[in-house]
Amino acid sequence: MHDGGKILAGLIVFLGLMTFPFWYNVGSAAYKSPELQLPPKSKATKCVESAEWMKGEHMQLLDHWRDYVVRDGNRVYTSREYGSHFEMSLQKTCMECHETKEKFCDRCHNAAAVDPYCWDCHIAPKEGK
Amino acid sequence: MKQTRRNFLKMAGAAAAAAAVAPASKALASYLPHYIHVEPNHDALQAKRWGMVIDTRKFHGHEDFKPLIEACHKYHNVPDISGKKEIKWLWTDHFHAVFPSAGTHMEYLSHDVEEREYLLMCNQCKNPPCVRVCPTKATYQREDGIVIMDMHRCIGCRFCMAACPYGSRSFNFQDPRPFIAEQNTKYPTRMKGVVEKCNFCAERLAEGLMPACVEASNGKLVFGDLEDPDSDVRHALAENFTIRRKPELGTGPSVFYII
Amino acid sequence: MLEKALHGNKAYWTWIAFLLLLMGIGAAFYVNQFNKGLVVTDMSRDVSWGFYIAQLTYLVGVAASGVMLVMPYYLHHYKKFGNMVIFGEFMAIGAIVMCLLFVVVDLGQPLRMLNLVLHPTPNSVLFWDACVLNGYMFLNLVIGWTTLEAEKKGIPYPKWVMPLVYLSVPFAFSIHTVTAFLYAGIPGRHYWLTTIMAARFLASAFCSGPAILLLLMLIVEKVSKFKFGEEAIQNLSRIITYAMCINVFFFGLELFTGFYSGIPGHQHSIQYLFVGLEGHTELVGAFWAAAVMAFLSIALLVPPKLRKIRPVLIFALIILVAATWIDKGMGLVVAGFVPNMFEGVTPYMPTASELLISLGIYALGAFIVTVLWKIGVTIKREAPAH
Repeated sequence: MHDGGKILAGLIVFLGLMTFPFWYNVGSAAYKSPELQLPPKSKATKCVESAEWMKGEHMQLLDHWRDYVVRDGNRVYTSREYGSHFEMSLQKTCMECHETKEKFCDRCHNAAAVDPYCWDCHIAPKEGK
Repeated sequence: MKQTRRNFLKMAGAAAAAAAVAPASKALASYLPHYIHVEPNHDALQAKRWGMVIDTRKFHGHEDFKPLIEACHKYHNVPDISGKKEIKWLWTDHFHAVFPSAGTHMEYLSHDVEEREYLLMCNQCKNPPCVRVCPTKATYQREDGIVIMDMHRCIGCRFCMAACPYGSRSFNFQDPRPFIAEQNTKYPTRMKGVVEKCNFCAERLAEGLMPACVEASNGKLVFGDLEDPDSDVRHALAENFTIRRKPELGTGPSVFYII
Repeated sequence: MLEKALHGNKAYWTWIAFLLLLMGIGAAFYVNQFNKGLVVTDMSRDVSWGFYIAQLTYLVGVAASGVMLVMPYYLHHYKKFGNMVIFGEFMAIGAIVMCLLFVVVDLGQPLRMLNLVLHPTPNSVLFWDACVLNGYMFLNLVIGWTTLEAEKKGIPYPKWVMPLVYLSVPFAFSIHTVTAFLYAGIPGRHYWLTTIMAARFLASAFCSGPAILLLLMLIVEKVSKFKFGEEAIQNLSRIITYAMCINVFFFGLELFTGFYSGIPGHQHSIQYLFVGLEGHTELVGAFWAAAVMAFLSIALLVPPKLRKIRPVLIFALIILVAATWIDKGMGLVVAGFVPNMFEGVTPYMPTASELLISLGIYALGAFIVTVLWKIGVTIKREAPAH
């Protein structure tokens, strides 16, 4: 075919780039779920909703919460799982129990390479307890 | 060749549309009403229209204003930036700057009125021009009359700052955190690129508390429901002659001044 | 047809490289602004809009001016404009892209731009501005591209273009009226709170836009030997002359209302521009220069004998563009803010960062116009005669 050499060379470079993650990480350890520092048992044993539900839905929950609080003026949330009441607040409720952003929130966020901008405004608890 | 390429594109488009049906309907489903149980705080103070009366006669000198401004700015993590890019929710100025309609173009003001300082803040207008112009409803008027900022939504276009006839709004030209001496962990800061202003302490009202400045003023500021004929503000208004800033603009300010 | 822009002489490619360089510099400075925030500008709590929005305001007028060619050619079948219309439409595209970019670089949180779409707010003029600006851009793109393709093939353009053309006329008027409404509906700023704001905007647009268009077309005639038609050029100059007279007249009306009524609020901004306010005279020199240039351009354009002399026409158009740019850009926007809401004066002068970012955006606009016009000229030259 015309320009066969250039086409083949291009294809090989393309394939190399597309499979980069696989051959670059050959030999390194398998991915491990990050280790999270959970709140002390004295503070709380369960979250606003169940841990499994929170893992998948806390982003949506916080997104809804901020509209309920700021835009609708509703500040009290009733847990679907447990029926208990919570004030909808990242700083005053979530971080009151979870206590640390670096050893909890950041662990998974860093591993998943997400950078939520909540902390640009919301004050993270002081580290180093 | 032309004919089959056209058909291919038509089929590809139809296939893509078909493939998008499942995720699209799932996304749309989130707009259907479903169980979310939320309610206001039981202690929350309610009103039909929050208003404030400032007795300017009770303030003698700048020292009287400091505790109010400090209470407000400390509670809300307002940064301390000097110069023309400053951010302020509550501040003072002289008569001709606060009441141009009555002041600047008034000759022979009384000594006392001319020398006094007056408190300025967002007037929480009944007919707010800033709300009218905000393209995203990031600033909007609540049912209790408070003109509030949704910091999550503000795109920083600053149309509201152009529209406000009172200069009540400040913009975060840079990250404010380096300029906050002591952070109040009960309230967030803001980030660069959003507009902020006094919010009549909506978050404190939600907990049953008076606004920070009112609390710090020891009676010099009266706060309450303008539409409740029995409220303290209405009594203050009935018993004293008050003026508002630039009333001829039709904004309907909710902050009244006893001169 | 885009491939037509890939063939050019050395001057063409040097120009393209120069524009890319300016765009790169602008982009670098914008990255800095994006990271640090708008603190790198000279805007302040009192002067919350500055050079960027001033450019938006001026360029919306330039974009709307395409209608001054579209109306005679499509609505009144003035065939002499046949060689010019597509270039007016392409210039409008470049101008609108610049307008949109100037808004983006002015935003505090540009990543949240889509909130305009996710949370539409019909009571906000800015929302409608975004709608009509984008609408007008797509109209011009579709109309321009389709008619040019038809010309390339030597066939008449398809019938469905006509409704779009009809639509583009009120759209052109609307983009500028809506932008004027950004200013004319604000209760606290008396320099802007005038019924004639939209009319002033349109008059200024219809002289400055075609003036820029005509200057660019004269440059194209020089570098590519393409001819637009002498009668068309003369007719366009006539339109520009009338529009500039109306523009200056309207400004005079503002002066009368402010100073004859004696109301301070209506005077302060004009005083700031012409004599300074409370010792602040930052814009006085520029504004007097603008006034002199405005009158001089009218004096040179009104007499037909002078207008027909090419160098005189070119000079008159250049000073006309300069005068309208000063009046509608910094003059209008900044003078509305500088006498602030507390009867004080807060001055503003754009920083180097603002100017370089703006220059980068202008370079991008020039790049788009260059590419599109190259395509236009090439197609028209090669088109089968009919």
